[in-house]
Amino acid sequence: MALNIEDIHRIAYLARIEINEQEAASTLTKLSGILGLIEQMQAVNTEGILPMSHSQDLAQRLREDVVTQTNQREVFQAIAPMTEHGLYLVPKVIE
Amino acid sequence: MEWEVVIGLETHTQLKTNTKIFSGASTTYGAEPNTQACEVSIALPGVLPVLNKEAVECAIKFGLAVDADIAPRSVFARKNYFYPDLPKGYQISQYELPVVGKGKLTIQVPAGKHGEAYEKTIHITRAHLEEDAGKSVHGAVEGMSGIDLNRAGTPLLEIVTEPDMRSAAEAVAYAKKLHELVQWIGICDGNMQEGSFRCDVNVSVRPKGTEKLGTRREIKNLNSFKFMQQAIEYETQWQIDTLEDGGKIQQATVLFNPDTGETRAMRSKEEANDYRYFPDPDLLPLVVSDEDKARVRTHMPELPEAMKARFEAAHGLSSYDAATLTASRGTADYFTAVVQAGAEAKPAANWVMGALSAKLNAEEKVITDSPVSAAQLAQLLKRIQDNTISNNAAKQVFEALWAGEGDVDTIIAAKGLKQESDTGAIEAIIDEVLNANPAMVEEFKAGKEKAFNALVGQAMKASKGKANPAQVNEILKKKLG
Amino acid sequence: MINSSLKTLSQMLASKQISSVELTQTFLTRIQQHNPAINAYIALDTDKTLAQARAADARIAAGNAEALTGIPFAQKDIFCAKGWKTTCGSKMLANFVAPYDAHVISQFDAAGAVNLGKTNMDEFAMGSSNETSYFGGVKNPWDFDRVPGGSSGGSAAAVAARLCAAATGTDTGGSIRQPASLCGFTGLKPTYGLVSRYGMIAFASSLDQAGPMAKSAEDCALMMNVMAGFDERDSTSLNRPKEDYTRGLANMVGAQPLEGLRVGLPKEYFADGLDADVAKVVQAAIAEYRKLGAEIVDISLPNSQLSIPVYYVLAPAEASSNLSRYDGVRYGHRAAEYDDLLDMYMKSRAEGFGAEVKRRILIGTYVLSAGYYDAYYLKAQQIRRLIAQDFTEAFKQCDVIMGPTAPSTAFKAGEKADDPVAMYLQDVYTIATNLAGLPGMSIPAGFAPSTDGKALPVGLQLVGNYFDEARMLDVAHAYQQVTDWHLQMPESLK
Repeated sequence: MALNIEDIHRIAYLARIEINEQEAASTLTKLSGILGLIEQMQAVNTEGILPMSHSQDLAQRLREDVVTQTNQREVFQAIAPMTEHGLYLVPKVIE
Repeated sequence: MEWEVVIGLETHTQLKTNTKIFSGASTTYGAEPNTQACEVSIALPGVLPVLNKEAVECAIKFGLAVDADIAPRSVFARKNYFYPDLPKGYQISQYELPVVGKGKLTIQVPAGKHGEAYEKTIHITRAHLEEDAGKSVHGAVEGMSGIDLNRAGTPLLEIVTEPDMRSAAEAVAYAKKLHELVQWIGICDGNMQEGSFRCDVNVSVRPKGTEKLGTRREIKNLNSFKFMQQAIEYETQWQIDTLEDGGKIQQATVLFNPDTGETRAMRSKEEANDYRYFPDPDLLPLVVSDEDKARVRTHMPELPEAMKARFEAAHGLSSYDAATLTASRGTADYFTAVVQAGAEAKPAANWVMGALSAKLNAEEKVITDSPVSAAQLAQLLKRIQDNTISNNAAKQVFEALWAGEGDVDTIIAAKGLKQESDTGAIEAIIDEVLNANPAMVEEFKAGKEKAFNALVGQAMKASKGKANPAQVNEILKKKLG
Repeated sequence: MINSSLKTLSQMLASKQISSVELTQTFLTRIQQHNPAINAYIALDTDKTLAQARAADARIAAGNAEALTGIPFAQKDIFCAKGWKTTCGSKMLANFVAPYDAHVISQFDAAGAVNLGKTNMDEFAMGSSNETSYFGGVKNPWDFDRVPGGSSGGSAAAVAARLCAAATGTDTGGSIRQPASLCGFTGLKPTYGLVSRYGMIAFASSLDQAGPMAKSAEDCALMMNVMAGFDERDSTSLNRPKEDYTRGLANMVGAQPLEGLRVGLPKEYFADGLDADVAKVVQAAIAEYRKLGAEIVDISLPNSQLSIPVYYVLAPAEASSNLSRYDGVRYGHRAAEYDDLLDMYMKSRAEGFGAEVKRRILIGTYVLSAGYYDAYYLKAQQIRRLIAQDFTEAFKQCDVIMGPTAPSTAFKAGEKADDPVAMYLQDVYTIATNLAGLPGMSIPAGFAPSTDGKALPVGLQLVGNYFDEARMLDVAHAYQQVTDWHLQMPESLK
């Protein structure tokens, strides 16, 4: 599954990372090398093998439905790039 | 050409929990912006999710209520996309393995322009747990959007149907039935204005009699049944017109504008989405055992269908009456309380569906806020039953109860509504009436039945309406006979 | 004093031979002296540090000190520490002052330990040389031309240069063990789930695990007593009874304390790709173990060569999603100029992330994207199970697995910086344990000559079965009773 330059632009857009033509070209070379490494997997027959997401075969623990968090807006918004009236500000969202 | 509309619904039901699905932040509606946005809600670096037990119980309750398969093992996945109201850049949802599988819900479609009322079974495809996003606030600052993350992480149960509905009326009937059910089983407050119950409606059309589904457009975020009806009707007609004009339907997400009554495609979500779902490594599989299901079942209220059948069997109510009384949990609880307080079931049903319902509708009140309590209505019905008051007088008492003028017996006394049941006194009145109206007596004896009613009327008038009409009839018949 | 064990320091503090303030000051002075050259620490806050030392002295005076009370540690900058700048080695978080404490930080605080500062690291822990840090590379204390390894390079250099009593690290594919090997100290990556990940900035959630980086196994054991433990805020945290990781150390005495221990040598770990001088050191260490009574058995981990491909699907996939929260909305870097919302995202992330992080985000995005999931992500998860099963089989034949930690000694800065694939091969022996969730350790086993004639440290790797940390620490301790590799420090820094 060879990568091409359109793939690089498509995934960079999906990942919301701006990338110019020059960067795209060098990224293509490097990512192709990494994918080459990954391709070794395709030689393995994995039919019928259960995928492994976690190392321990355990069930999700459940939390009691009790409020444990208090308002920390001041603290949290002190490190925010742009806020007003307690809101985080971003360029206008168009629906 | 005759067209057929095909509709499926996805409903986002906010679950009635104290805290968010993956953190201990409060879910109370209406707080100041971002005051309920804890470190997990705003996705600070390093924070992790832990699943809320109550949210899981709500999902199980729903599964049991629609007779669905509940997955012994379900998995949380990440749905990746960038949006400012989605702090992590992914939504934790369930994808391949949802907690609730296939189920069904029977709906009652009321009589309408298309004909008689009928019932239909709508198939539920799945219901899965996920987290709500925050909100974008426009207009607070010029040219910018404000992000409020209080809602981010509120637990949602997304309930998805098969494309089973064939009209706006069916879709609305389903949505209403679902809306009642989630409140009935106590998993959602049902507040549509506050966004607790939001419907996305998938609409497509196809030539009647064909099998292949047309291209669908999804109407997003409908939060009133009226708008849903309007939006589906508009969208259906728009699609038919487009196709008849030789156009094609493009798959799209559309918004309904209540001011114009029209739908329009959204600009922002048009790009091809590639959500890159994968199992969330921060969460382990959700395991629901048979014991869990059994435990939740013991906390479940009797479901509407079962209650309806019981009302028919135990109280001899008609199917229609039993359905009406079980259409909402509030009505059912009220009726049950009236009967438990000692009233007879049939008159109780008639009063709840009649006078009480009319008055509530007129004043736009819900039954749980009724000024006349179930105990008061039961007392009123007892006073009719034991002949203390007439049905007519009861209506006056009901109005006084509604106005908060006191309890039933106080009102009867104060208004002098107690009916006369002393045989001696009634006989005396009748004797007087007979003496005063010899002509009528003659007419009756000559065979004119009408004269009898006139004499009853005279007697009632003489008693100032307080005589028991049945007794008057009986005594008069004896004296004339 | 800078070479003293934690146990010795603890005794000195308890007996008032020294105060925590004095001990802390000693390290602060060394940091002042050597850090400008080594660049191990990227955040220091003397006021905060000394306040903790004074509080520790008060606690010792009040008679309720614990084992680590008053001892100064370095914390990897991946752990959120309230009021501390917490950058994860990235421009994205260059100005991020954490508003809360990671579980690991709370545990050290509760034990009365002193935080000396935050240590440099590869950006978002992605790297094996510390060269991807936004704050610059870190010097290997044994040879300033060489890298300390990564991603926990700052903690590694701080331990090796004695700029702290010990340090914390995190290990996703070898980030504790490989630097331990390259810098010559003892590092332990515990069983996945033993140490809470809460407040530890996520790289690859199903693989990340924090652990101790210290001079000796005994020091690591004492730190594990503080770091390990159930935390209800982490769904993957394991709810197990507390254990004392030092409990067996005292038994490692006598001529053959390891009699009956079966040590497995995977043939795949001694094949092509392993530097011959490194192999010689590792074999000598194994010979030492034989003397200590261990029985050596040959084993095989047939799927181990697949661990790198599997890792470079799973880790970037998880990372691509974990790093989506850095969007310039609520915290972190936001571009100075942008046209609209999309442009703000694109520019903020392009500016905030370095080249290696971007590469991994892109690889991760690619392998998860529509049409590729089954061929990459799903396949990798299936092979992950095969790799884990190899270990299950192996532990039927042996109690602990041994082999090299890294294929070579420390390499020169810049040598592999432009060749990601060559860099990734640094972790060829360490990654499989992360995929399986097993505990792994690296202990100093000697030195190998470099091409330019310097002696560079070599690590011996130990891999144990799930929850077998106490036994691994015993096995390492037994070796450290009869060798002194772990006590060596660079001459120039004495």
